[in-house]
Amino acid sequence: MMREKILMCGNEAIGEGAIQANCQFYAGYPITPQNELTAYMARRMYEEGRVFIQSESEISAINMVFGASLAGARAMTSSSSPGISLKQEGISYLVGCELPAVIVNIMRGGPGLGNIAPSQADYFQAVKGGGHGDYKTIVLAPSSVEEAFNLTRLSFDLADHYRNPVIILGDGLLGQMMEPLPQILNSKLKIQNYPKDWALTGCLGRKPRIIRSLLLGEGELERHNQKLQEKFKSISEKEVRFERLYLEDAEFVLIAYGTVSRICKAVVNNLRGKNKKIGLIRPITLWPFPEKIIRETAEKIEGILVVEMSAGQMLEDVKLAVEGKCPVYFCGRMGGGIPTEEEIYEKLSQMLI
Amino acid sequence: MKITNKTSSTNQTSKALRKVFSLPASMRDVAMHYCSGCGHGIIHRLICEVIDELEIREKTIGVAPVGCAVLAYDYWNFDTTEASHGRPPAVATGIKRILPERIVFTYQGDGDLAAIGTAEIIHTANRGENITVIFVNNAVYGMTGGQMAPTTILGQKTETTPWGRDAQRDGFPLKISEMLALLSGVVYVERTAVNNAKNVLLTKKAIKKAFLNQIENKGFSLVEILSPCPTYWRMSPVEAVKWIETEMVKYYPLGVIKG
Repeated sequence: MMREKILMCGNEAIGEGAIQANCQFYAGYPITPQNELTAYMARRMYEEGRVFIQSESEISAINMVFGASLAGARAMTSSSSPGISLKQEGISYLVGCELPAVIVNIMRGGPGLGNIAPSQADYFQAVKGGGHGDYKTIVLAPSSVEEAFNLTRLSFDLADHYRNPVIILGDGLLGQMMEPLPQILNSKLKIQNYPKDWALTGCLGRKPRIIRSLLLGEGELERHNQKLQEKFKSISEKEVRFERLYLEDAEFVLIAYGTVSRICKAVVNNLRGKNKKIGLIRPITLWPFPEKIIRETAEKIEGILVVEMSAGQMLEDVKLAVEGKCPVYFCGRMGGGIPTEEEIYEKLSQMLI
Repeated sequence: MKITNKTSSTNQTSKALRKVFSLPASMRDVAMHYCSGCGHGIIHRLICEVIDELEIREKTIGVAPVGCAVLAYDYWNFDTTEASHGRPPAVATGIKRILPERIVFTYQGDGDLAAIGTAEIIHTANRGENITVIFVNNAVYGMTGGQMAPTTILGQKTETTPWGRDAQRDGFPLKISEMLALLSGVVYVERTAVNNAKNVLLTKKAIKKAFLNQIENKGFSLVEILSPCPTYWRMSPVEAVKWIETEMVKYYPLGVIKG
C-alpha cells in the first residue's frame, strides 16, 4: 500500500536520506540527542545489506568512515557536539586526503558536557574548519524534517563531487521533533554515480595508489594547499544556498538558520500582517556563506537582526558580509535556551521597528 | 646482483648461475630512510615476500601508521593508505567491511598500537575483524626522537625516562599481545623477533600464517615483532640485536601466544 505521508523525526529523516543516497557504510557511537539516527541506521543498513558498525568511540567511527571512503564507498557518521569535537582530527585527514564523507552534528548545549538541549554553538567549529590546518567543509543547515531528508541526499553528491567532507548541522530540536514527510519511500530521485578512480581497491591491472596527506617534499604541501583552496573557491562560487522572504521591500531583515529560522519566520509573517516591512534571509549552506545576498540587502535596508542559539557566531559572518553598510543587531540564547517570538519582538522594538 | 653457486663445477657455468635473491614484486626499488641496523627494512621485505608468495599483491591494501614507518607506502608496490596516529585498525575495518575479498593489513609501531591506538586495536580485535596486524615493537618512539614507549622495559633509558623507566613513576611495560590473546575475536597472536637469521625466518613464517588466516576467513591475526632501534637504544647495530636476546625477550617471550 502506498502511503502519501509518513511521520518521522529529523534524526530518522537524515538516516533515510542517507539510505536513499546509497550510503554503504555507517559507523557511530551513542550520544544524545542524535541516538534515533544511529538506531535507524542499525536497522535500515542491515535491511539493505549494507555496513553498520557501532564503534567504540567517535574517533574510531570517523576513522572507519575514512577507511570505507578510501575504499570507494559512500560513508557517513553522526554525533552531537562533544562527539563531533572528537572527530575533528579525522575530518582534517579526510580533507587532506580529499576523501568524501558525510558527518552529521545534531548540536547540544556546551561547552564541555553541557546539556542535551538544542544549541547552535558549534557554528564556528563547523564553518571555520574545526580541526587543524587550512580547510573548509561544506555545511548544510536544514530547518525542517523534510529538508533534513533532502539535504542529506544532496550532501552525498556534494561530497563525491568535490571529494570533500560535508557536514549536516542540525540541533537537538530538529533531530527529535516529528513532522510528516511526503512520499519519501517512493522517492525515485536519481543517484548520481561518481567515478572513483582514486580509490584503493587493490592494484589489479593498474599502478598502485597511495592515499595520504603527508607531503614532505620541498613545496609539495604548499602546492597541495593551493589546490585545496582552489577547490574551496569553486565551492563558494557554485554551492551557496539560502532562502529569502520579503526582501523586495524589506526595511529590516532577520537572519537565522535551522530551527531558529522557523521562529523568525513566524515573527516575520506576523509583522507583515501588521504592515511592517520586514524580511528574512535563511542561510541553507553555512559554508559557503550567502554573503552576496546579505551584502546586497544591507545596502538597501535600515538594519539586520541576527538570531541564534549561541552567543553570536554566525553574527560574525553576517558582519563580515555587511561590511558596515547597515547596523547589525543580535538576539541570542545559550546553553539550551531557545529564543522566543516575544524576545525577538522585544529586540526589534529596541531597534525602533 | 649475481651470486655464483660455488658447489657447481666450472664446466656447467651457465646452468650454475642461479638467481637466489631479487627484489620482491611487492617492493619498490628505492632507498629506504631507515637508520642503519633498524628492523623496519627487514620486516617490510618479509611482508612483501609473503604477499608475493601468496600471490595477493593486486588485491592487498596496506594501512601505514604514524611513526617511523609512516612512509611505508613509498616502499610497497601495492595500494596503501595513511591513517591518523593509532587508528589503522579502524581504517582497516572500514576498508575490509567494504571490500571483504581484498587483503587488508595494518603496520603499526608500539606507540601507534599500544599507546594512542589502544582502544582501536582492542575493539578491532574483539570484533574479530578479518584483518592482519603487523605490530613492530622496538620499545621506543623513534620518529619523535627516542621517548618512552608503552613497551619500554623497566630500567630502559629514553629521552623521557632519562634515569631508566621506573615502574612507580612511569608504569609497567604493556604486554598488549597477551591482552589481545584473551579476546574471543582473536584467532592468532605470535611474538617473534628479527635479531638473527633464524628468528627472521620464523618471523616470515608467522607473517605468512597471519595473512593465510585472513585469506581463509579465519579472523583477526596479529604478529608482534621485536625489532632493533640502535639509534635510540644508543647502541651499535650488533649491540642492539644482542639486547633483544639478552633483555627484551625476558619481558616479551617469543612464541605463539594464541592459535
